[in-house]
Amino acid sequence: MSAVAQAPARAAAAATPRRDRRAALTLALPALIVLVFLYALPLARLLSLSLHDDAGFSLEAYGRILGDAYGRSLVWNSLRLGLITTAITLVFGYPAAFGLAMSRGALRSLFLASLFLPLAASVIAKAFAWTILLRSHGAVNDALLLLHITDKPIRMIFTQTSLIVGAANIFLPFMILPIYAVVAQIDPRLTEAAATLGAPPIMAFLRVVVPLSLPGVVAGVALVFSLSVSAYVVPTLLMGENYQTLASAIAKAFLLVRDPALGSAAGAILMAIGLLVVVVSNRLGRASGRSA
Amino acid sequence: MKGKTFRFFTIAVMMGATLFLLAPLAIIAAASFSPTPVFDLPVGGASLRWYAAVGSLDGFWPALSLSLQIALLSTALSLVLGTLAGIAIARGAMPGAQAFSAALASPLMMPGLVLGIALLQFFRAVGLGHVWTSLLLAHVVVTLPFVARTMIAALSRFDFTLLDAARTLGCSFPAALVRVMAPALAPAYLTAGLFAFLASMDNYPVSIFLTDARTKTLPIKMLQYIEESPDPSIAALSTLILLATLALLLLADRAVGLHRLAGLAE
Repeated sequence: MSAVAQAPARAAAAATPRRDRRAALTLALPALIVLVFLYALPLARLLSLSLHDDAGFSLEAYGRILGDAYGRSLVWNSLRLGLITTAITLVFGYPAAFGLAMSRGALRSLFLASLFLPLAASVIAKAFAWTILLRSHGAVNDALLLLHITDKPIRMIFTQTSLIVGAANIFLPFMILPIYAVVAQIDPRLTEAAATLGAPPIMAFLRVVVPLSLPGVVAGVALVFSLSVSAYVVPTLLMGENYQTLASAIAKAFLLVRDPALGSAAGAILMAIGLLVVVVSNRLGRASGRSA
Repeated sequence: MKGKTFRFFTIAVMMGATLFLLAPLAIIAAASFSPTPVFDLPVGGASLRWYAAVGSLDGFWPALSLSLQIALLSTALSLVLGTLAGIAIARGAMPGAQAFSAALASPLMMPGLVLGIALLQFFRAVGLGHVWTSLLLAHVVVTLPFVARTMIAALSRFDFTLLDAARTLGCSFPAALVRVMAPALAPAYLTAGLFAFLASMDNYPVSIFLTDARTKTLPIKMLQYIEESPDPSIAALSTLILLATLALLLLADRAVGLHRLAGLAE
């Protein structure tokens, strides 16, 4: 925050009676304690552990991840999963959010249920359902055989396509809902005003509606990217050992091979990606909110 | 693009998304009625045997009970913490209120596995080896952002002078809280509680590092069943969880309306 922006806030704080401020801090204290002791401190410790080996300060764990081809493939696989999933859910989720905002009555109830029900269902159950659907004798292949589109089952499970389909399926609601929350609040009179002023519909959409929807897009993209870049259950069930990510490396380092330094370093890299998303999306969110 | 074409196009895309989103749920439900131990769709005849088999899955009842305990308690704790913090932020007297509310929401963006290993190492360092307690503490961190976001938004809209008005009219302070504040905040509590509870019930990436061989939560048990011996009883179990969730959502829809849930959720 800039000094200029802080000045009025400080003036307001000074104007508030000290008693009120103390009461507010007392109310906030329990949550503050949880945040400091169960969140900030453990994460700070994780970071410091990743920078130490038995002898003291060391970047060795990071070197092991970023220094060799396998380690770099972990980072790249995580990023690629995040990027592709985000792109696909945005392409379909953006128009879908408008469809949701424009639907009424029973149709809207159906749409909302289709977003909430999977959101509330276990990720494990959904990923498992895709393994059933995409098996070589699963429903999708049976349908293709029946329609004579193919004459022998296509290998779908444990391929990157199955991973992307599963990830897009699980994270799509996280893209649609934030965009919908913003789009539903756009005043329809704005596009009418643009039309009255002579703007062709496509122009009114691109110049009025799209900029207004950007805060929702930023929120959706940030949420889907941060969830999918660190997804663990989806790649594990749909790709198995064939697709190693930072997330699977963390799990392996702590649960199988007992290499906490390596796991911490992988964790710290994921954490850095997560923090970057938070910072960038906050910036972009504020910028898009201002321009709109 | 004319308005009508646009409307038709976007609703068609949403319709496609609906089918895509519901497909895995439909498959799970269908497979749970499979008459054979493989995941045949029940074309020949349906069978309920896998529902009967759920109860005898190894370690199912303790896992369900543990998950419910942790989810209910962590949600309750988060609701208390989130409400208090929400009041502090909404009343505007709190220094650094904006940073605080951003911090409260931030565990939502933190990868679950990262939080899991961070808490694992932290609990080890302070000597907390009790699985149940460490799970509960961890799940408070998992559920708090869901609650904080909704409660801060709801409390910012709540007119606190109503409480003063109620007291002027002869209400005691606790009575004012119960009769004025509670009804106004009920939808927010329901939304926050629902999302927090579901987030805790479904959490895998944090819990996996804090459980041991004997004490496991339901999602961890489920992944284990799938990896060790996938049979349709997993599908039956998933369907039962889905039905329970559906019942919760219907209740929430009755009480607040799903579209408000959608607005409040974000």
